[in-house]
Amino acid sequence: MTATSTPYADIKAPTTARRLLTAPTAGPLAALLIACLFFSLTTDQFLTGGNFSLIVQQVMVVGTLAIGQTLIILTAGIDLSCGTVMAFGSIVIAKMAAEGSVPPLVAIALGLAVCGGFGLANGLLVQKIPLPPFIVTLGMLNVAFALTHIYSEEQTISNLPGPVTALGETFPLGYTDITYGSLFTIALFLLFAYALSNTSWGRHVYALGNNKEAARLNGLRTSPLTIGIYTTAGVLYGIAALLLISRTGVGDPQAGQTDNLDSITAVVLGGTSLFGGRGSVLGTFIGVLIVGVFRNGLQLMGVASIYQTLITGVLVILAVTVDQISRKKAR
Amino acid sequence: MTATAPSPVLQARGLVKRYGHVTAIDGADFDLLPGEVLAVIGDNGAGKTSLIKALTGALVPDAGEIRLNGEPIQFSGPQSARSHGIETVYQDLAVAASMDIASNMFLGRELRRPGLLGNAFRMLDKKRMRQEAAEHMADLKIGLRSLTQAVETLSGGQRQAVAVARAVAWARSVVVMDEPTAALGVKESGQVLDLIRRVRDKGMPVVLISHNMPHVFEIADRIHVHRLGRRAAVIKPSDYSMAEVVAIMTGALTVDDAGGTVVADSDAAKAAGVQAN
Repeated sequence: MTATSTPYADIKAPTTARRLLTAPTAGPLAALLIACLFFSLTTDQFLTGGNFSLIVQQVMVVGTLAIGQTLIILTAGIDLSCGTVMAFGSIVIAKMAAEGSVPPLVAIALGLAVCGGFGLANGLLVQKIPLPPFIVTLGMLNVAFALTHIYSEEQTISNLPGPVTALGETFPLGYTDITYGSLFTIALFLLFAYALSNTSWGRHVYALGNNKEAARLNGLRTSPLTIGIYTTAGVLYGIAALLLISRTGVGDPQAGQTDNLDSITAVVLGGTSLFGGRGSVLGTFIGVLIVGVFRNGLQLMGVASIYQTLITGVLVILAVTVDQISRKKAR
Repeated sequence: MTATAPSPVLQARGLVKRYGHVTAIDGADFDLLPGEVLAVIGDNGAGKTSLIKALTGALVPDAGEIRLNGEPIQFSGPQSARSHGIETVYQDLAVAASMDIASNMFLGRELRRPGLLGNAFRMLDKKRMRQEAAEHMADLKIGLRSLTQAVETLSGGQRQAVAVARAVAWARSVVVMDEPTAALGVKESGQVLDLIRRVRDKGMPVVLISHNMPHVFEIADRIHVHRLGRRAAVIKPSDYSMAEVVAIMTGALTVDDAGGTVVADSDAAKAAGVQAN
């Protein structure tokens, strides 16, 4: 019974090629590439650096929300409040900074803290009472929506100081101007992709979504883990609020009302299962880009925006169908 | 019991646990000897689950003493029992289905890369975890096609094998198995029983909670019969028939100090088809 030679041929990590082909992101990635190819062939303007820069700018807010949404969906939860929490965060940042009662950086910190607080409240209610995430975040959606309108007094807030919109500024890369916000969003995706796949925390997130009871029996501290995930998501919504302000230049109380569903769309398109425990942030990045590329490409083709929404809806149903069928096959 | 009997690895004396008016554990004793498979059996509601929970830290008894390797010990929770080398395998295949075998084995005990990558970037050492998982699996002669496949692609027996291998890998004193074959078919149950034997042969004592009398008789070195919240008897399977053990479990027979059986309830004993010897 020597352990020096084991009967397992695959102690080494699977090869990159095999991993790419079998990865759950392979399908979404293929869809993205096909869409890009299609729009490159049908429109002149699609395949330009400027257009790609624009696509990333258009998706960075929903993309950042979708990172938080991915974390929560991986635990078999869902967050309907992300859009309105972000809207409230953006009003907090904008109003504080515009009034000048606090320095801009403090206003930003307060905005992140408020959004983190919403996440914490969601997490506590889901974990400690416990309540279904759908109900908790549906309630929080309304709370944040109302607070946004009360606090902003229905006014759009403009004349924001420079630091608050700094992420909207651009730097040249070759012939293309890229916003710092785009870069920041991509960095966030990479950070969470790393954390999910290469740290204990990431393993625990997946284990929690797979089987909460098994995770607990295996000694994971599921309660702080769950609350931490919701709080982290909240802080990400705060970052999305900052990105939103930097992109529009104002604090708009009407913002973000459909972003909760858009973020769920991106997560699902990226191959993350709504049943929890499987999926990835990189998949979500692809999902976000699929939505962005479709909207942008169809726009360039002159398709009315209501048809873009129609196509996005069909794509989501298609993605969930593929997920469900592949899960059945895995059994 | 003779003077030369080995001292128990895990021992309990006079454990009591009450929930309101219900007494789940009523002065129970327990002894697990080194290197044995001790089956714990009892009718539904006899309190064997509560006893096992007390021994694995899942509940804190109101009274009584637990000793591990002779030292008195108090568990504040499952984590505390685990940190003392007591690992538990649960009946409902407590694994994370979409994760691979090595990830499951190291769940909650992940290894990090040495140096800066591990300390500053918290990077997992996936290669070492796969290697060590492979060694643990090979050690118990668990043959699987692949270690990087998700646990959900395994059969129920193979999943349970992963759970057992996980427990054995981390246990230093005792492995407790709570109905490990309850969710499995005949062939898979046989595989898990073989596995339990190999665990015992490595010198690791096993507490096996089971309803399945043939399994208990096949594998147990001794049988702890639990009844009405306390230990009714400890017997060797070779000394009694299955019908007699069932009769002890239901209270139709009692065991005297010399190991003989006494009919406590003649009607019940007759119904069970046993008589005193």
